[in-house]
Amino acid sequence: MLGLAKQKKAGLLIIGFMLAQLSFSQVFAEQRPFNLGLVATAKQVAGWDIDVRPDGLGAPIGAGNAISGEEVYTDRCASCHGDFGEAVDNWPALVGGEGTLSSHDPVKTTGSYWPYASTMYDYIYRAMPFGEAQSLTHDETYQIVAYLLNMSDIIDAEYELNHSNIGKIEMPNHGGFLMPDPRPDAQPIFGNPCMKDCDVPTQIKGRARDIDVTPESES
Amino acid sequence: MAKKHDRTLSLSRRSLLGGATALGAASVLSSAGADEVNPDNLPPNVPEWTPYLGPGVDANPYGMPSEFESHVVRRNVEWLTASAESSVNFTPLHELDGIVTPNGLCFERHHGGVPEVNPTDFRLMINGLVDRQLIFTLDDLRRFPQTNRFYFLECAANGGMEWRGAQLNGCQYTFGMVHNVQYAGVRLSDICQEVGVNPRAKWVLAEGGDSAGMTRSIPIEKILDDCIVAYAMNGEALRPEQGYPARLVVPGWEGNMWVKWVRRLEFGDMPYMAREETSKYTDLLKDGKARMFTWVMEAKSVVTSPCPEKAINNKGVQLLKGIAWSGRGKIRRVDVSLDAGRNWRTAELHGPVLDKSLVRFTMPFEWNGEEMFIQSRAIDETGYIQPTIQALQAERGVNSIYHNNAIATWMVNKDGSVDNVRLG
Repeated sequence: MLGLAKQKKAGLLIIGFMLAQLSFSQVFAEQRPFNLGLVATAKQVAGWDIDVRPDGLGAPIGAGNAISGEEVYTDRCASCHGDFGEAVDNWPALVGGEGTLSSHDPVKTTGSYWPYASTMYDYIYRAMPFGEAQSLTHDETYQIVAYLLNMSDIIDAEYELNHSNIGKIEMPNHGGFLMPDPRPDAQPIFGNPCMKDCDVPTQIKGRARDIDVTPESES
Repeated sequence: MAKKHDRTLSLSRRSLLGGATALGAASVLSSAGADEVNPDNLPPNVPEWTPYLGPGVDANPYGMPSEFESHVVRRNVEWLTASAESSVNFTPLHELDGIVTPNGLCFERHHGGVPEVNPTDFRLMINGLVDRQLIFTLDDLRRFPQTNRFYFLECAANGGMEWRGAQLNGCQYTFGMVHNVQYAGVRLSDICQEVGVNPRAKWVLAEGGDSAGMTRSIPIEKILDDCIVAYAMNGEALRPEQGYPARLVVPGWEGNMWVKWVRRLEFGDMPYMAREETSKYTDLLKDGKARMFTWVMEAKSVVTSPCPEKAINNKGVQLLKGIAWSGRGKIRRVDVSLDAGRNWRTAELHGPVLDKSLVRFTMPFEWNGEEMFIQSRAIDETGYIQPTIQALQAERGVNSIYHNNAIATWMVNKDGSVDNVRLG
C-alpha cells in the first residue's frame, strides 16, 4: 500500500517533469525527468546480466553431466570443499546433511537445504572458485552443478544438465521455506511491560568467560 | 578478569600494564589508554606537553585519532570463518558516544574481500523490466537530487553466536555488527523515474561488483519507499570497505541487502533466489523449516557501559550508557534493569531520535561492590518490545543464527569486572 502511494506520487512527478520539459526539450526522443545516464547496449547488458532465476530465465546456453563434472570439480573445487563435497577445514560442505535440519546440529548443504538448482549455477558462476570469480565456462559450471546434484542423488550421472532444464530440477528441500515473515512473533508481553517485582528467571545458566572462545589477542 | 581484558589489548598497551592488579588493569583500560599517572604532569606542576610547540597544520593532512586511542579498533573472531576475505569484524560500541559511528570503526562484512573500484570506471547498470536500460557514471549519480539521512545498518547475524547461551565475552563481539552513519546519495525512486519501471516489475535484484558478486532480491515497494544509492557517509566518500564508490541503503532491513560496490539493478517479476537469500539469511526453526525473506531488523538495545570490556573502577556514582534501534521506525523508550529484569527504570533518551537510526540512552546509578545484573529493553514506536532470549527460543528454537534481538545480561562481579551471562 505504501508502495502504491509512492508509485502514484512518482507518476505525478513524472508527468510534472514531462510537462516542464515539453517546451524546450523536444529534441529528446525519450521523456526522462533528469536525462542522466546512457542507454545500455544489448552487448553491455549481456556481459553483466549473469543471474539465473529459479525458472531458468537467464541460464546461458551450455550443458554438462556429472561424469564430466567430476574432473572439473576435482580440479577447481575439491581443495576447499573436499573430493566428495564433505568440506575441508572451515569451508562449507556441499553434500550430505539430509535429515539433519531439525536436529541439534543441522548441516545445510546444496543437497540438504538449497531450494533451487538455479541458485547453484548462479552462485558458482558468479563467485567461484573463491578468488577466481567468473572464470568458469558455462559448460564447466553446468558440469560442476551436475556433479553436486548427482552426489546428492538428485540426478543420475548421465543426466545432461543444461539451460533448458536447470529451472526444472526438483530439490529435496524445495518445500522447506516459509513465507511471508510472521514477525513480530516473540511478543508474550502486550502493552506496557512489567516494571516492578517482575517474575523473571535469575539463575546464572552460563558465563561466556567459562566457554573461553573470546579472541585472546589482536589479529 | 585482568587476563581477559589483557587479551583484547594490543601488545604495546599490554606491556604498559606491567604488574597491575586485576581491578587496576581494568581501570587503566577504561581510562582510554592512560598509562600509570605521572605526578609531574599534575597540578601544581606544568605538564610536559605545555612548554613546547606541537605539530603544525601541515603534519596530518588527514587527521587520525590520538595514539592513546589505539585500542579503539574493529576486531574479528578468527575461528568464525574459513578466511578473512569472507568474514566479519565488529564495531567497538563500548568505546563510542552519541549516535554517529566513525567511518573507520564501522564493522565490515565481506564475502570476497574489498574490491578496489576506480571511480572513473564505476558504472551502475539498470536492466530488466524498465522502459530504458541505462548505465550511470558516478558523476551522473551525483547530479541527481540528493538525500541525506541517518540510518543504522545491522547484520542479520549480529548476536548469532548467542542463541544457545552466553558465548563471547564482550559487547563488541556480541552486538558490534551494527553501525550508524549519515548517508548522502540518490533516492532509488528518482532512478526508477529515470528508467521508467514497467508495471510488471515487482522485484529488484541488486548486484555488487565484488568477487562474490553479492546479490539480493528486494521488493519494488521497498525500493520506491526509502532505498538510496549512497556515495557518501558521514560527510565523505564511502570507505572502500563500505562499498566505495556506491552502495545500496535499505533502511531498517538486514545489512546483507545493502549491496556494496553496487554495479547493477535488475527489475523483474519474481524474486531471484540468490544464494544469500536461500542458503544464507534464512532462519532455521525447530522443525527444520526455515523462514525466508525476513528482512526487518526488530527493535534492540544494549548497554555499552558497563559491559565486559568496560569494568566499573570505583564505587559510588556511575553512568550507564547504551544504544537502541528499530528497523520499524523510531525508538519510543528504553528501560534498564540492574537486578536481572525484576525491576526496571526508564532511561533518558538523547536526541535526535530518528527513524531507523541508533538512539543514545543513559542512566545514572550507584554501585557499592555488590553483584548486579544489567539489562536494557527497547520499545519502538509500533509498541514492539525487545524480547527475552527465552521468548525467542520458544518461537524459533536455537538454530536460527539470524535475527537474535534478545535482551542481554551483563553481570557486574564484586570486583567491578563484568561478564556476559545467560540467566534461566
